[in-house]
Amino acid sequence: MSKKGRIQRLFENKASHEKVMSLFLTAGYPDPSETVALVSELEASGADILELGMPFSDPLADGPTIQYASKVALDQGVNLDSIFDMIMEIRKSSQIPIVLMGYINPVLKYGLDAFFYKAKASDADGIILPDVPPGEFPEIEDLCQKHGIDPIHLVAPNTSDRRMQEIDRASRGFVYCVSVTGVTGARDGGEVSRSVSGFIQRVRKNVTRNPVLVGFGIRSHADAMAVSNETEGFIVGSALIDYIRSIYPGPDWIRKTGDFVRELKYGSQIREESRHP
Amino acid sequence: MEIKNKIESRFESLPDNRGFYGKFGGRYVPEILIPALDNLARAFFAARKDPAFQQQFTSLLHEYVGRETPLTYAGRLSEHFGKARIYLKREDLCHTGAHKINNAIGQVLLARRMGKTRIIAETGAGQHGVATATVCAYFGLKCIIYMGAEDIVRQKLNVDRMRLLGAEVRPVESGAKTLSNAINEAIRDWVSNVEDTFYIIGSAVGPHPYPLMVREFQSVIGKETIDQSLEQEGRLPDYVLACVGGGSNAIGMFHPLLSYENVRLYGIEAAGEGVQTPRHAATLSGGLPGILHGSLSYLLQTQYGQIAEAHSVSAGLDYPGVGPEHSFLRDSGRVTYAAVTDGDALDGVRMLSSKEGIIPALETAHAIAYLNTMMPGTKSDEFVVINCSGRGDKDMETISKYMKRT
Repeated sequence: MSKKGRIQRLFENKASHEKVMSLFLTAGYPDPSETVALVSELEASGADILELGMPFSDPLADGPTIQYASKVALDQGVNLDSIFDMIMEIRKSSQIPIVLMGYINPVLKYGLDAFFYKAKASDADGIILPDVPPGEFPEIEDLCQKHGIDPIHLVAPNTSDRRMQEIDRASRGFVYCVSVTGVTGARDGGEVSRSVSGFIQRVRKNVTRNPVLVGFGIRSHADAMAVSNETEGFIVGSALIDYIRSIYPGPDWIRKTGDFVRELKYGSQIREESRHP
Repeated sequence: MEIKNKIESRFESLPDNRGFYGKFGGRYVPEILIPALDNLARAFFAARKDPAFQQQFTSLLHEYVGRETPLTYAGRLSEHFGKARIYLKREDLCHTGAHKINNAIGQVLLARRMGKTRIIAETGAGQHGVATATVCAYFGLKCIIYMGAEDIVRQKLNVDRMRLLGAEVRPVESGAKTLSNAINEAIRDWVSNVEDTFYIIGSAVGPHPYPLMVREFQSVIGKETIDQSLEQEGRLPDYVLACVGGGSNAIGMFHPLLSYENVRLYGIEAAGEGVQTPRHAATLSGGLPGILHGSLSYLLQTQYGQIAEAHSVSAGLDYPGVGPEHSFLRDSGRVTYAAVTDGDALDGVRMLSSKEGIIPALETAHAIAYLNTMMPGTKSDEFVVINCSGRGDKDMETISKYMKRT
């Protein structure tokens, strides 16, 4: 087995009560020249893992927010090479685990070997391809193994127990638990927490090799705590992008985004303290 | 009657049990859809073997759609070229005006069998939307049709038909606002409502088992063509033509004929303003393999693997992908794929209308237009069958504009 990656070490080293927060950001949103500074702020504000979205023209598992962010990034010329450059730039000052997330076609067009070689060379840690479920593309599973990139797969409320066990075996780093049956996007908090509890218990029972992070529809600290009670942590994507969209390009938008992220992770009390130390 | 030259076919065993046609096909979809596709495949394979299902399908095709459709000899068109005899397989005479209803009936029967109460579909030209709305009205099912906002403008008549039939037409405003975007939105709906919803895909695209199901339900076209050719000409055709967007009418026509190696098959794509320009929809002529809408197939894409916007005057062919089996048939060389431009297709409408009294759909007109290229190479003792996949009423606005210009 290959040596432990950043993601495994993160979960091993965290205190048992602490929730890991993974943030999804479309690479290059809202402005490719600001991505490195924005990521630095996200990390300083409590992000434990960065999921860097590789924008695609036809993101069919995503709701309006990530569709929008993808289009903004693509319109500014973001492509896989510029994303690898961003990661190398981030790595000059940060050891945050970075997971590349996106649809398969741009990766195929780049060339699978070239893609995995560059992902490793730029020091990314994992990959999530929402349109490549386990078993569908064995070559990708081999390349993840060969290059030491963690393959991260999703489980959904309609995933059977047996399939969850398969997904657990095919994954490394963590398993991404999709809290609701639907596309990505911030939802009414009640909807998420009401439906999710029985499902999470089923995930816990079947996903035994990997930590579990729960995502889809989380938009506040309260949502995050409600759904991640029995998991190692949570993922926020659309709510972060919606927040940036609401303040960009106003003054101090990066610092304000940091405040938003601190509140997501620690709740409003901590944010008040950090504002008035 | 005996049919000669049937070869041991490598085509009949495809797709494999994972939904691949050679390297093309597959199920590249979000995990949420995997259980839904598993259930769908189980239901489909069970229905396929169930005589009661087959009986129901066949009798609806007969009593409701009006099958079988005729194979019409096109005398004046044949005379015009003075070469091989030309026949038209008259899918334009199907109820609702195109071949799309064959598949809509098959899939809605499956939906009922699976206990699904809510039907969604995408549509480009609106023919599949109308067919789906029609079968939903027939069975009293809730029906939602996703349609690109651009297509809603250019196929207004079909939008009104769908609404009259009781369907809700949801405009899709993303991307080029055409068929591809409508499929994205329908998939998002399915992901969000997977328990009670059946997604009736209208073309031979999408994740397994959709391309296979659509082929199965459309194969009635090719099977009837075989019987009628034997009856009317005493043998199988020398040439068979069909237009290809996603490729449902073409695969329905071609599949039963694949094993007869003497039957030359031609799939005609939309070259838009020209395959060498950025404005075309000729996926097999001008695309590269890639993954979109759940399967690996030829795709129009940029150097970075983003999906390129297709263009065709015909909304039904205006799609950057194509069914995976067509990609396989292209690479295997069994089917020849070519493309004709918007202008050629409009000339094709005029030619068939004036010579035969049949106004074809703009999609169909692409296959008609290819006769200009193909006929000079044919012999007078040969015969050609064109799949006349739909009628042109829906396109009259576009056609009228063109007539004013020329």
